[in-house]
Amino acid sequence: MYDTSLWLGGKEFKSRLIVGTGKYPSFENMREAIEASGAEIVTVAVRRVSLPGQGESLLDYVDPKKYTLLPNTAGCYTADEAIRTCYLAREAGLGTLVKLEVIGDSRTLFPDVLGLLEATRTLSREGFTVLPYTNDDPVMAKKLEDAGAAAVMPLGAPIGSGLGIRNPYNIKLILEAVTVPVLVDAGVGTASDAAIAMELGCDGVLMNTAIASAKDPVAMATAMRLAIEAGRLAFKAGRMGKKLYATASSPLEGVPEWTS
Amino acid sequence: MTVTVNGKPMELPEGLSVEDLLARLKIRREFTAVALNREVTQRARYAETRLAEGDKVEIVHPMGGG
Repeated sequence: MYDTSLWLGGKEFKSRLIVGTGKYPSFENMREAIEASGAEIVTVAVRRVSLPGQGESLLDYVDPKKYTLLPNTAGCYTADEAIRTCYLAREAGLGTLVKLEVIGDSRTLFPDVLGLLEATRTLSREGFTVLPYTNDDPVMAKKLEDAGAAAVMPLGAPIGSGLGIRNPYNIKLILEAVTVPVLVDAGVGTASDAAIAMELGCDGVLMNTAIASAKDPVAMATAMRLAIEAGRLAFKAGRMGKKLYATASSPLEGVPEWTS
Repeated sequence: MTVTVNGKPMELPEGLSVEDLLARLKIRREFTAVALNREVTQRARYAETRLAEGDKVEIVHPMGGG
């Protein structure tokens, strides 16, 4: 397959699929699904340890030597909370590549773009590689790029909704508006949604629930890997133009005559 | 003294360090971070950082998320 790699924070990735680690039936099932997805970047949340400690750790199942960890700031409702969470993640040894979320509303989980922009600016200045989860707005995407975002991650639909890419035209406009990678984050429900994102020209897709909440997460992870590759190839290949009427695929000349 | 650890009030001996607290609670050190009164405590400072009455400690680690 001919293709270029995805570059984030000076690091090269062959896979264009980023997967989460939440909501799996078991750690073992998660481990198998991540393996099947072919993802090299894996999202994690930063949360309180249960007390007393010594419980099982997520990282017993996701080898940080094998995968690049992408700590998120899910659950943060202000720039301040999100920034502090990133500092904690860095101190915990989870690295400086961060999925930045500043949530504006608990029902839709839509981003608070003002807080997002502020946190992107601060964290980029502090040396983080910031991947902000944003809405599908090309104006905001450009502002985030200008603020130092290493990629922009517009939602296809609300987090965990599985509604697919609701506004492909806006995603296309975002692709025109910025030069940093565009990764669709949130909204993917099944393989065709991931393929559509890639056919639009997106650089990658981040997903969690579509895989973790499938009846068979390992099979869905495989489907997603193939969909991302298929969508990417179709984009690179360049699709045919759309036409309203039929155009025959077989020659019109040389049709034998059967009239007596 | 009373110190709040991960939202839970705990009765702890005076002058306990962050290092002592982590040992006492049997916290795995790998991929764990500590914030004391909203500020991140650097790993290298755990032993010298003493807790005081009313302090709020957050001990975090990676968990499943997307």
